[in-house]
Amino acid sequence: MARFISRRLFHLIFILIGVSILVFLMLRLIPGDPAHLLVGELASPQDIARIREKLGLDSSYVYQYFIYASNLLKGDMGTSIRSNVPVSQEIFVRFLATVELSIAAMLISSLIGILAGVISSVRQYSIFDYFSMMMALVGISMPIFWLGLMLMYLFSVKWGILPMMGRFTMGLDYHVISGLVMLDSLLSGDIQLFFNSVKHLILPAFTLATIPMAIIARMTRSSMLEVMSKDYIRTARAKGLSRGTVIFRHALKNAFLPIITVIGLNFGLLLGGAVLTETIFSWPGLGRYVVDSLSARDYPAVQGCILFFAVIMVIVNLTVDIFYLYLDPRLRIDGKG
Amino acid sequence: MKRGKLLFVIFMGLMVIPSLVLAQTPVKGGTLTWGRGGDSVTLDLAQATDGESIKGGIQVLENLVIFKKDSMDVEPQLATSWEVSKDGLVWTFKLRKGVKFHDGTPFNANAVKVSFDRVIDKNHPFYKYGTWRYPALGLGPVKEVKVIDEYTVTLRTEKPYAPLVANLALWLCPILSPAAIEKYKEDIGRNPVGTGPFKFVKWIKDDQIIVERNDDYWGQKSHLDRIILKSIPEVSARFMALQSGAVDIADDLDPDSIQMAKANPNFKIIERPSVNIGYLAMNTKKPILSNKLVRQAISHAIDKQTIINTIFRGLAIPALNPFPPSMWGYNFKIKDYEYNVQKAKDLLAKAGYPKGFDTELWAMPVSRAYMPEPVKTAELIQGYLATVGINAKIVRYEWGVYLDKTAKGEHDLCMLGWLGGNADPDNFLYGLLHSDNAKPPAANIAFWENAEFGKLVKEAQTIFGKEKRAPYYLKTQEIFHEEAPWVPLAHSTIVRIYNKKLHDVPLRPNGLNSFQMIWKEK
Amino acid sequence: MEKVEALVELKKNKTAMAGLILICFLLILALIGPWISPHPPLVPDPINRLKGPSWSHPFGTDSLGRDILSRVIYGSRISIIIGLIAVSISLVPGTILGLLSGFYGRKVDEPIMRGMDIMLAFPAILLAIFITAILGPSLLNTMIAVGIVYIPHYARIVRSSVLSLKEQLFVQAVRSLGGSNLRIIFLHIFPNTIPPIIVYATLGMGTAVLQAAALGFLGLGAQPPTPEWGAMLSEGRQYIQNAPHVAAFPGIAIFMLVLGFNLFGDGLRDILDPSLR
Repeated sequence: MARFISRRLFHLIFILIGVSILVFLMLRLIPGDPAHLLVGELASPQDIARIREKLGLDSSYVYQYFIYASNLLKGDMGTSIRSNVPVSQEIFVRFLATVELSIAAMLISSLIGILAGVISSVRQYSIFDYFSMMMALVGISMPIFWLGLMLMYLFSVKWGILPMMGRFTMGLDYHVISGLVMLDSLLSGDIQLFFNSVKHLILPAFTLATIPMAIIARMTRSSMLEVMSKDYIRTARAKGLSRGTVIFRHALKNAFLPIITVIGLNFGLLLGGAVLTETIFSWPGLGRYVVDSLSARDYPAVQGCILFFAVIMVIVNLTVDIFYLYLDPRLRIDGKG
Repeated sequence: MKRGKLLFVIFMGLMVIPSLVLAQTPVKGGTLTWGRGGDSVTLDLAQATDGESIKGGIQVLENLVIFKKDSMDVEPQLATSWEVSKDGLVWTFKLRKGVKFHDGTPFNANAVKVSFDRVIDKNHPFYKYGTWRYPALGLGPVKEVKVIDEYTVTLRTEKPYAPLVANLALWLCPILSPAAIEKYKEDIGRNPVGTGPFKFVKWIKDDQIIVERNDDYWGQKSHLDRIILKSIPEVSARFMALQSGAVDIADDLDPDSIQMAKANPNFKIIERPSVNIGYLAMNTKKPILSNKLVRQAISHAIDKQTIINTIFRGLAIPALNPFPPSMWGYNFKIKDYEYNVQKAKDLLAKAGYPKGFDTELWAMPVSRAYMPEPVKTAELIQGYLATVGINAKIVRYEWGVYLDKTAKGEHDLCMLGWLGGNADPDNFLYGLLHSDNAKPPAANIAFWENAEFGKLVKEAQTIFGKEKRAPYYLKTQEIFHEEAPWVPLAHSTIVRIYNKKLHDVPLRPNGLNSFQMIWKEK
Repeated sequence: MEKVEALVELKKNKTAMAGLILICFLLILALIGPWISPHPPLVPDPINRLKGPSWSHPFGTDSLGRDILSRVIYGSRISIIIGLIAVSISLVPGTILGLLSGFYGRKVDEPIMRGMDIMLAFPAILLAIFITAILGPSLLNTMIAVGIVYIPHYARIVRSSVLSLKEQLFVQAVRSLGGSNLRIIFLHIFPNTIPPIIVYATLGMGTAVLQAAALGFLGLGAQPPTPEWGAMLSEGRQYIQNAPHVAAFPGIAIFMLVLGFNLFGDGLRDILDPSLR
């Protein structure tokens, strides 16, 4: 076990170094000069040269990467070209918005997904089964940016039930404690703000949850079906345990392993989906920030964000693997995930 | 009968007067929410180039001089008066007394010196705290700032530079608290401390900026308690926020939404001719386009009026000179190349291209007031060029790449525009069309070099007085028209759309205003 | 598995048939597009802009007055081609890397799979955005970008089936008879990896179409006035309030095509590779 984890940690470091080099190189391969973008349409050549020098863009790539990497080791992700603010700060505030959205989406997709999957498996080939599996297919086939737009059109424009953008109605007083609006409103006992932020979260979170929800539902169903055909479930049934006990205590517990894996792997999907969802719903998160930073050629900001994404993805994968190992001792011998 | 009429009039008068009085007496208090297309990048305006930063920053910071509230003429702000020496090199400013920055630091000549020196003096200790933009447009010509006494300061330029006072009114030359600059260092852009009618309070990135009334303001104090600047990047979402009352003002709406807003009695609209131009530049260094006849043919082939009707939804006037008629020095005698397919074909034939040719049409990827829908505009132009046999392929790059490649002259035809910061013709003619700026990275992206044009523009720079400079500019516009390095497309009308509860909403031709005068009905 | 048997099963599988019908419908539309579309898809007609659905324009018109139905029909060609080419771009290198990685074990496997891990550490859409930014926006580059992004997925699928095949008796037998490595890989292992590849490629077509549309939506795809569905949808979001049809129809078109691939892929999976269920 320890050997496995240390090997995975070694991989993690290797992957992060690889990612940092890859991002660094790709950014420099992309045409477009950050200095020129910074000064805009009417930049004089002198202005551009002066700013390039100031940003350290006039030295060789190797040297630039060396500086970048050594700062990174000191915990310094650099300073945003656009705003002159440390990238770590820029990332942190936006990350909280993304976390709020992703966790909400994760909860929605897991709850509905698992529930639909369980019911489908228990009532295999029923109308509910066909319907929910069809909906799952529809869910993964829909462009989520289109779904977001249509939900926005129906719920905000046409029926006016839900707000269409932002994290809470502006003008409401908001005292930042942790940066997660929902948590803060509860901490400061502001019920109005809490419900307001929940309302704002519904459309984007649901949009973001669609694809993972579909995948989780399908996975739950097939994994439940497999478990329920096993002998020990039949035995439990024969012992006269109630249907509910059998399904939730025994079957679901044993079917959980692949479901957890899928939920973990979907976290990556959520981060990717956030790029589009945040754009549509004006959500001030990391996904939108990285795209904006890329189009402004804000090298340090983009490098920071991607590295940050990579760390999260790698940690999630590692956690899933360890979890797997913990639950399924057979894998411990081989050590391959 | 008569008496009845009189009574009726009196009665009506009594009815009307209170409502008039009510409508005209500003109400104190209230929050203004302002929906706009993006977040500010920095609020230290000496480092800002984007409109969203400027909109926020000018609520908090002030300059020595400022443009009047709805024109581009200059009036005193932190300076009370100024004069220029006979040789045109030294400008002396008398400063306003008894003004304090928001952090309590007194405003004086030293504050001016520190605010300016950090931009122009490489050896100044604060120089390294910022990335100074556009010095050429702002303080660039200033070589030395000198404190004469507590409330007198002089600026010296190397050569006589007539537009200097207009430059100082630009956002690029704000006066900040020297104590705050020292305290916040690189972070001054997130903690701006100025003398303005509003104090900076809080900034939630990509979401909102909050400023509050400065109760110690030296001038007319603001009626509003605070302003929330909310970024709503999606244009449709911004308009919906206005409709729902979530925001009081919505910036940069698309022309279709503006049409809808005009029909809605809950909104008020100010329209003002802007000091901008959207144009199609023809790269005169490319063999085919170096031919004047070809450029004239293209000018005849494009139906500007339909572009204005379709893309700008009527909120623009067709452009024929490089700068708009609202600016001084405009040549009204010039007659535009009219839309005429036959003429265009004849000119092409005369130039030796009776069957047309293949070319590339570069479309901007971002929308600007002078070009609200660049890609659609390009699609229309592509259609017009096709009717005269010119086969134009639309090319679109990301904004950064686009600026880079057009500045290097890789394009054939490309679209761009300009917002004249200080409303001086020189700003357009020298910056965008002079041969000095036709070398990569060029701002003159037609790469047009005309000796006579260039000489006239250079001479006009050294002359003081609009009346004396104007004749030079009239002549340059004739040359420009004949040579046709651009197809000037449109001068857009800028609009401000707001909830009818707001009063005294200002709009300058460049769209950048302080909101201190606004008040809001309860 | 016998081919005939598979075909019979395919006919019986309702999911697969539904998917196939959808795909064929759109494919036929794409092929006969020029003859059936009511209007030219590229010619602006500014007077008739943003008209709602009517008899002459069943899907309405866009902001330059072009017929949306005609543009959707022409767009089907583009999206189908994107799906095919992007998947081929990921398929070929992905399969080769997977075969090598799975067969040769550690020394080859480690570098290849760590490389794939690095690519997988990027959210897919971001990697695609990066690659299009490097190559410049165009239809071909969109396909290349989407293709490259999914190489690791194919490599992993192929690798895992190679790992299980390698230990099987028939491979051991060939090896003991002195078959060269390349021979074993391409003549004995590769054919057996085809069923999962076909399943994954079919599902991957759907994903590729979605990703390409997302790039178009972000303004990084085909150059205007190409009627690419994602770009059309992106234009429509501006008119969501007064002309929702502009965004609705291209979105439905994307959905139908992707649904077709997913249904068909699902059905194929049931038939070809029950273990993947």
